[in-house]
Amino acid sequence: MKLALGPLLYFWSRDDVLAFYRQACDWPVDVVYLGEAVCSKRRGVRLEDWLAIAEELSAAGKEVVLSTLALIEAESELLTLRRIVDNGRYAVEANDMGAVRLAAGKLPFVAGPHLNAYNCETLGLFRDLGAQRWVMPVELSRDTLAAIQACRPAGLETEVFAFGRMPLAFSARCFTARHYNLPKDDCQLRCGDFSDGLVLNSQEGEQFLAMNGIQTQSAATCNLIGAVPELKELNVEVLRLSPQSRHMDKVVAAFRTVIDGTLTPQQGVEAMAGLTRGEPCNGYWYGSAGLAWLEQDEVRAARAQSGG
Amino acid sequence: MAKKVELVCPAGSLPALRAAVDNGADAVYMGFRDGTNARNFPGLNFDERAARDGIRYARERGRKVLLALNTYPQPQGWKTWTGAVDKAAELGVDALILADIGLMRYAAKTHPQLRLHLSVQGSATSHEAINLYREQFNIQRVVLPRVLSLPQVQRVMDNTEAEIEVFAFGSLCVMVEGRCYLSSYATGESPNTCGACSPAKAVEWRETAKGREVRLGGVLIDLYKPGEAAGYPVLCKGRYEVNGEVNYAIEEPTSLSVLDILPELVRMGISAIKVEGRQRSPAYVAQVTKVLREALDAAERSPETFSPRSDWVAALDKVAEGSTHTLGALDRAWQ
Repeated sequence: MKLALGPLLYFWSRDDVLAFYRQACDWPVDVVYLGEAVCSKRRGVRLEDWLAIAEELSAAGKEVVLSTLALIEAESELLTLRRIVDNGRYAVEANDMGAVRLAAGKLPFVAGPHLNAYNCETLGLFRDLGAQRWVMPVELSRDTLAAIQACRPAGLETEVFAFGRMPLAFSARCFTARHYNLPKDDCQLRCGDFSDGLVLNSQEGEQFLAMNGIQTQSAATCNLIGAVPELKELNVEVLRLSPQSRHMDKVVAAFRTVIDGTLTPQQGVEAMAGLTRGEPCNGYWYGSAGLAWLEQDEVRAARAQSGG
Repeated sequence: MAKKVELVCPAGSLPALRAAVDNGADAVYMGFRDGTNARNFPGLNFDERAARDGIRYARERGRKVLLALNTYPQPQGWKTWTGAVDKAAELGVDALILADIGLMRYAAKTHPQLRLHLSVQGSATSHEAINLYREQFNIQRVVLPRVLSLPQVQRVMDNTEAEIEVFAFGSLCVMVEGRCYLSSYATGESPNTCGACSPAKAVEWRETAKGREVRLGGVLIDLYKPGEAAGYPVLCKGRYEVNGEVNYAIEEPTSLSVLDILPELVRMGISAIKVEGRQRSPAYVAQVTKVLREALDAAERSPETFSPRSDWVAALDKVAEGSTHTLGALDRAWQ
């Protein structure tokens, strides 16, 4: 089972980005997704920079995939998309159907988590167009994945989002700018002030969502380390760990040791205590509300109920 | 002379369908009574008999009937969705409104004569995306997500042969449709998986000393002072606390209305404008259809001198969420 670093979803400074990926060269991850997937206004790290980072990671033995924007609105965004697809060296993660069209028949691509692949017929089309891997939408459950794995097209790898604040929605509107009463066209890149998103609380103080520019994330951090044996059993090839600003080295190490069997899943859960930016959650995986955290005994009860 | 713009209105029930037809809709859209469509609410939608009656009613008056099958089937439910496609083909609807690529593949292969529209839930926001659906499935029309500005809509139209349909009035989705999991994050059910945003069974109202609480899946999404108007609770229109400020951090309760820019839409050659609200009453459908029929006719007759009549604006605001309206993303300033 391979580990992947998902694309960096936040707007970190160029120095922080470079430092992060320099460290990642030494982490036990197999695949690294690079590039801006959220907002085209974030130009601190340009495509040339991403390609230079890609070079370093490749030299360190990592498989590099260039991620593309999830929400495409402007013609300039399509131009960038074409440049990424035409990079000539690395596979791309298509996060929009426009990217699928540009990549189809031209280079192998990863069908990203925002493409809405909910069934095998959809995966069949992606495979026919050149996909080599697909990333399951975060809202799908273990039971649905089991059904998909049973009919997935040959030659298509499965990747599951296993760690990080989950991308839940995209909008034309920038919620970070809106919080500061700034128009989007003059947003002053305020999302750069929040290295793990700006938390939105309920009126009784419950952390609920994290605003990350035009993207809305879960405030809770998805953590499927306890489900690693199930993920293995379902023949999932890749686990995606979505970067957060701190402890990422420890998070990667914890997943690696559980995959290798050095730690039990329960020990993995304990090792992750305090490492997640928000409260941990795993509800989607068990067919529940995404924000829920199910303890092992509740998981067992849920399994008994579903007859699995 | 530009082609006439089609007015597409919601039919959540047979009475709503009749109200739309009687008040001037060119086409109505409806769904079956299950999770195959994105307005899967108790008591709504059409069983086979009602669908046949509705289609007959519309056809006898020269109107079209579109059928929304715009949720995303999972393997466990695949047969239900393909069964719905087959049923729609047999009923002879004028077009299917689909979101799922797998289902489109099935429909295009099994019923090649059936006209296909790409649902707003398909999330196609660029001509590249739209043209993929066109090439693969011969999609005839695309309903655009409510994220593009007017010049961006024009750019899409310049680069595709597909007909373009935009939302004209109704509850405003702030997020890109088809890619919003806020509802399932709190409740376990989303538009994509279950055809429901903020499902009624997950809603809890409670009177407390502080006011009237509303929760969705246990999460407090708003607190109303006595006398404050409360709408149907959706996650993106709740009041939350961010950095010590409590307000509508995502969007206020408001409705989309394109009344102000109807002549531009006509001039651009938009093929259809759509009214949201299959979950609303027949009275709502009648009111909104009537106003938009008059307004659209006026905009097509004399686009240069068109201005929205105050009685139209008032009538629409009366049925609008939050009793107020916006152009949404079509207007850059909203973004």
